[in-house]
Amino acid sequence: MKTLKAGTRLKSAICDTEVMVIRTRPAEMLLCCGGIEMIAMDGGKSAGQPDPAFAQGTLVGKRYVDEQDTTELLCTKGGKGSLSLDGQVLAVKQAKALPSSD
Amino acid sequence: MNIVMALEMAAECHPDRIAVTSGTQRLSYAELLHAARTAGNLIRDSGCRYVGLLDINSCAAPVAIFAAAYAGVPYVPMNYRLTKPELEELLARIAPAFLITDPCYVEPLSLPVGIRVAAREDFLAQVRSGDAQMTEAPGTPSAVAVQLFTSGTTGAPKAAVLRHENLMSYILGTVDFAGAEESDATLVSVPPYHIAGISAVLSSTYACRRMVQLPNFDGAAWLKLCRDESVSNAFVVPTMLSRVIEHLAESGESGALPVLKAIAYGGGKMPPQVIEKTMKIWPGVDFTNAYGLTETSSTICLLDPDDHRTAFDSTDPDIRKRLNSVGKPLGTVEIEIRGTDGKPVAANEVGDVYVRGGQVSGEYLGVGSLLDAEGWFPTRDRGYLDRFGFLYLDGRADDVIVRGGENISPGEIEDVLREHPAVSDVAVVAVADEQWGESVAAVVVLRDQARASVSELQDWVKQRLRSSRVPTSIHFRAELPYNEMGKVLRRVLKDDFRSAVRAS
Repeated sequence: MKTLKAGTRLKSAICDTEVMVIRTRPAEMLLCCGGIEMIAMDGGKSAGQPDPAFAQGTLVGKRYVDEQDTTELLCTKGGKGSLSLDGQVLAVKQAKALPSSD
Repeated sequence: MNIVMALEMAAECHPDRIAVTSGTQRLSYAELLHAARTAGNLIRDSGCRYVGLLDINSCAAPVAIFAAAYAGVPYVPMNYRLTKPELEELLARIAPAFLITDPCYVEPLSLPVGIRVAAREDFLAQVRSGDAQMTEAPGTPSAVAVQLFTSGTTGAPKAAVLRHENLMSYILGTVDFAGAEESDATLVSVPPYHIAGISAVLSSTYACRRMVQLPNFDGAAWLKLCRDESVSNAFVVPTMLSRVIEHLAESGESGALPVLKAIAYGGGKMPPQVIEKTMKIWPGVDFTNAYGLTETSSTICLLDPDDHRTAFDSTDPDIRKRLNSVGKPLGTVEIEIRGTDGKPVAANEVGDVYVRGGQVSGEYLGVGSLLDAEGWFPTRDRGYLDRFGFLYLDGRADDVIVRGGENISPGEIEDVLREHPAVSDVAVVAVADEQWGESVAAVVVLRDQARASVSELQDWVKQRLRSSRVPTSIHFRAELPYNEMGKVLRRVLKDDFRSAVRAS
């Protein structure tokens, strides 16, 4: 369990997935990838495969949100595991298209 | 949160896609990442505290932006058109610095101690082939990514500070990752030392869009490059758009640009005649007006393509005038208009424009943050929000003429004088006045062969505006002094009036 902070980057313990926290709520939560808690960028990886219940994969550049829309993560590197928060798999957020201004 | 994240993601997702085309040179996203990491290593080992860029646009500019981030030092692009003493002063302010430049810009200078010169072509060759040992950018999200010397149209340059978190807040709030098509290309004609030159690199990289650089702008070259490089998007300052349509009118050349999808413009006031003409020339193109400042990491308000079309097609004056608006704030920023008492004013009432949001830095080196306790930044722009929430700008607070306690905006007087058939260009400034404190003065450029007397122009204003708006003195000039971004140098005009008073 960790209290997340906007701007924090984390990586999966068992696949290539990396994320950055875009926004969140100030509470302790369990953020997992592939069913295993995500770790600090300089943390050591564990051996093993993602839990099949959490193995749909992540895609670089996609935003992931929880059902209550309190927490949003940006996937900065894709991997085999799925993201979950307190056991609930996060869904891809549909991007709002803004016209290019530069 | 570091700007290199945008490049690392682009290089992972589209390593072989071309990131930048500059003349005959090109770099893919994987090559740009490699060059930036190699250069970051080189800069870190040099012990320099800044990365300077004194050059026109080239592949070295995007390399330098990201290399500075890998080295953990601020990137400082500088205006190569400044005078020798001005450049020497700026360089002394950033020493010890790793200066990427074309030797032609530094040869005339007496370089301050601590400036390590890297000639652009040698630098590029070295970092493209070198060994990229560095993979992680150091520092925190609050580290300074970019330091820009403001153009100083009214005073000495101040160093605006943009942190990684400011720039990334703008990028993550406005750009869809890898949102560009493989065939998309954006034409970058703003110089590297302008905030729009920085945001062009960051936005394009995050969108995985190819940048096509035009280092020396002229209307014909812009059109040619649009065709030769199949450009789909372009950002221009209003002066550039004027030059393009002038060139089309003078040359009789076809303006057909079948691939062009979108033009965004900003960096100064767009004359309504210019945008209307442009929309007629390219009816299929999406136009976006982007309003922003250096201190806000670029765009904070957008008038989007639908707003443009709605306004263009409307006969309702309240909607038609939207072509003069800078649009609505981005979802990630707030705008507030405040009166002289510092309190928010009602719709349609002119006041000072304040902005708040993660991308707003509002900070200068040696001065500190200009944000108030609630995080609001005074843009020093004047303007109002209409009842639909569209923002209309009304000049700079510093340019307001205070005549006997009455605030007069130069813009409304300039608009009236510009309607006079003999007037081709005009700028209105404040001059000292014994009776009123300040009074209105105008500098007028007449059309070729046209004539108009001072009293005739004064009458023209008197018939259309309140008497306090009538210029007490009018000077004629062959042309107005502009900076290269198309902004009138009012300071120069005020000095002219001052010396004219002294001479009499």
